[in-house]
Amino acid sequence: MDGSGELQVRLRQAAPFPMSIEFRAPPGSVTALFGPSGSGKSTVLRAIAGLHRADNALVACGGQRWTDTATGAFLPAHRRPVGFVFQDYALFPHLTVREQLALAIGHRPPGERDARIEALLALARLERLAGRKPAALSGGEQQRVALARALARDPAVLLLDEPFAAVDWALRESLRHELATLRRQVSLTVVLVTHDFDDVAKLASHLVVIERGSVSAAGTVADLTSRNAVPGLSGAREPAVALDAHVVAQDPARRLTHLAAGALRLEVPAVPGPVGTVVRIQIGAREVILASRRPEGLSLHNILDARVLAVEPGGHEALRLVHLAVGDARLLSLVTADAVRALGLERGAPVLALVKAVAVEAFA
Amino acid sequence: MDWTALTLSIRLGLLTVVLLLPLAFVLARWLAFGRFRGRGFVEALFALPLILPPTVLGYYLLVAFGRASPLGQAFEAALGHPLVFSFEGLLLASLLVNLPFAVQPMQNALAAIPPNLRDAARCCGLSPLATIRRVELPLALPGIATAAVLTFAHTLGEFGVVLMVGGSIPGETRTIAIAIYDRVQAFDEASAGVMALVLLTLSLFALGITNTLARRMVHRH
Repeated sequence: MDGSGELQVRLRQAAPFPMSIEFRAPPGSVTALFGPSGSGKSTVLRAIAGLHRADNALVACGGQRWTDTATGAFLPAHRRPVGFVFQDYALFPHLTVREQLALAIGHRPPGERDARIEALLALARLERLAGRKPAALSGGEQQRVALARALARDPAVLLLDEPFAAVDWALRESLRHELATLRRQVSLTVVLVTHDFDDVAKLASHLVVIERGSVSAAGTVADLTSRNAVPGLSGAREPAVALDAHVVAQDPARRLTHLAAGALRLEVPAVPGPVGTVVRIQIGAREVILASRRPEGLSLHNILDARVLAVEPGGHEALRLVHLAVGDARLLSLVTADAVRALGLERGAPVLALVKAVAVEAFA
Repeated sequence: MDWTALTLSIRLGLLTVVLLLPLAFVLARWLAFGRFRGRGFVEALFALPLILPPTVLGYYLLVAFGRASPLGQAFEAALGHPLVFSFEGLLLASLLVNLPFAVQPMQNALAAIPPNLRDAARCCGLSPLATIRRVELPLALPGIATAAVLTFAHTLGEFGVVLMVGGSIPGETRTIAIAIYDRVQAFDEASAGVMALVLLTLSLFALGITNTLARRMVHRH
């Protein structure tokens, strides 16, 4: 599957609502479009798929211009190598799971087509449901069908519109795991629209924040979260750093896993997977304790040499958010203003960052 | 029992269904999905045959098909006989009169398809035509079946317009509904009764089929 090049998007329109959005999704990335409902996120997806035509638009993928209002180029929706998972899944009520996949695969030699159907059914764990129609499927099963159908044509770009909004919390978490697993099996560029930052923190590599029809921040998830620089998030959610780490070693005797993200080394409760497995971790600012001397006799696994980068208000007059550098990685720590004074925390000061192993939320 | 009239009615009904459905589907699709000004007016125009007295409708068709009208003249030049009081004229009138019976059930069925499904079809690689064939047609099937049966049954029963445009020429324009009227006028109540019963049975049968079909379609989803 080739052609999963960089996706370039530029949209400007005055009506039906004003919008001016520009971003690039690197090849193989999961780029989240994050923002409140009604900010225009879904319209961006529809424009990428060729279902919406903006006044002034450029949509290009791997150097091919799908939409370019400057030249009048417009590749019709059905010719774009795009898979779309709609918010309500939009499964065809008159077709079985197998027929939905066959329809999306399109014309191929019968043997090849059947093999492709079987592969998709296996990928989405739908083998036993192949003969069912959507009405006989649960919400989670419908979502897996929608995903398999979107992947049927080997798309270069996969578009997900609030893929977990229609399911309850418990199912959402397991669907996120499935998507994360799937991401490792299939190489494509994913654009994910969500208003739930959990989706961003657990699945996305890149983030584009959209507010009232324009981009208010863009960058990697690790960079934006570690700088606490996601607009619209402060107050709504505890500051937390989300970044990718990989398994360096497994310690079955102690039931621990050693993870590394750049210079950041962490011991966490056992995460399954061989050495090299990539794991998304989140470390909340409340979970990071600061110390000036190396403590002893604590139930603590991770004592990291850090340096203070900045101290900013912590959302409450008694609190401060301390930005830390651990080698080339960054952490956030929420402490009292009193502690900032007592430890002499100022820009450039050395400090020890203490992170409980159980405070590291690993998502694989 | 006037067998010629019965076969003529059935021939007229089937021809009307076969010719009208494709045209009505295109119109229904336009009304269901199209975005244009004056939609209310267009819908009212198509619904007109439902409420207009058949004699009024018949009168206008008679004028439009007549030898003085361009349509009547063009037809006569092409086929060598006048449009009015001919089977072809009757068929043309039948197509126009049945427009709402064919369009409305299909329009409702198409409008009930969630817009996301048509978008999803496009994103599954289906061209606009393939989307109609693989998604819209199957999902609108109950509406299409209803349209077909309503059109057929209504054609069998149409009286006023047929009388105005076709008259009562045996084998050419005398339908079963006209034949019943003729028999009653001739005090032949036995024949009229048999034919009325045949018409009643046919209509009941047709409606029964539609309802069963529609219910089966709904259950299939």
